[in-house]
Amino acid sequence: MTHIPVPEGMPGIRGPMMFRPETALPLNMLAEVLLQGPSTLSKGERELIGTYVSNLNQCKYCATMHGAVASHHLGNAGVVKQVWGDPEAAPISAKLKTLLRIAGKVQEGGRRVTDEDVAAAKAEGATDIEIHDTVLIAAAFCMFNRYVDGLATWAPDDQSIYDQIGAQRAEQGYLTPMTPVSPPLS
Amino acid sequence: MPHIELSNDLPGIRGLAAYRPETGRSLYELAEALLCSESTLSRAERELIGAYVSSRNECAFCTGSHAAASRQLFGDDASVVDSVLRDVTEAPISAKLKALLVIAGKVQRDGKSVLEADVAEARRFGATDREIHDTVLIAAAFSMFNRYVDGLATRAPADPEAYREMGQMMAERGYARRLSQIINA
Repeated sequence: MTHIPVPEGMPGIRGPMMFRPETALPLNMLAEVLLQGPSTLSKGERELIGTYVSNLNQCKYCATMHGAVASHHLGNAGVVKQVWGDPEAAPISAKLKTLLRIAGKVQEGGRRVTDEDVAAAKAEGATDIEIHDTVLIAAAFCMFNRYVDGLATWAPDDQSIYDQIGAQRAEQGYLTPMTPVSPPLS
Repeated sequence: MPHIELSNDLPGIRGLAAYRPETGRSLYELAEALLCSESTLSRAERELIGAYVSSRNECAFCTGSHAAASRQLFGDDASVVDSVLRDVTEAPISAKLKALLVIAGKVQRDGKSVLEADVAEARRFGATDREIHDTVLIAAAFSMFNRYVDGLATRAPADPEAYREMGQMMAERGYARRLSQIINA
């Protein structure tokens, strides 16, 4: 059960965001700029970084949700599971692989990122701002994951709930209202 | 040296906010809402939660600056900050704040390690839903700020006086006003 009272039918981060709209606003603005704003990384690539880090943090809600958003952008659900399993073997660009390596280091701890990790990304054509955004996306998901799991929020088992919200976020971004979903029948 | 060319010599997160104001704005507004806006937790206590998590993440810039802000806000009781950073179990703070710091420490490690019993303990000493929510989100947010600042290898001043000055500014102006200063510099 969620550690604080949240509205019925609001899975994951939606519960605490409804509980405290003052902090939800900058959180959603951050997600919007990082995942939907203008960037030379595609929206699908940025969501892959988010779901990859969430999976490393074993945050079921965020990993599944942002996996669904990435799948929607990429038109391909298979690549998400491949990235979860082994990004080096996934059908993604060499540049994205180096960025995921940096994201994985950030998940462990910021100081784990080495000059060599950054040089490898630059050698594959990553720009400074792409490296900046990769680090901040990875860091932001380390926050979102802890927020969602630290309050023991509801992570539905039903994949269709994630597909529904994932499609909404892929198409509308992160600033449109959150609508409740039906809780599982018990 | 930072991993990317920031084109400014501001330390820590300030250099990153000046480099990329679009994300800097949300980050500073989050800090303002969590650490400065109206709350039943004092500003000194909230800065202390941030400094405590940063210290556990060994982030020198965030620990130095938020500990300094907390000392400034605690005023005559400033030594409490160093007691908490040294050993939270021995620190002369309320049982409620101690229970909240236990929750923050667990969030720093992994969200799922926060147990019903930890939350019940905080409530037993009077913590409200909102205080529990904010503690979890402050700890989670510093888990982000610390990774952001260190993941890009930003500059952390060595001189304690630099942090004392930063802490004083943070205590006096909060974060929203600080941001416009950084961006417009």
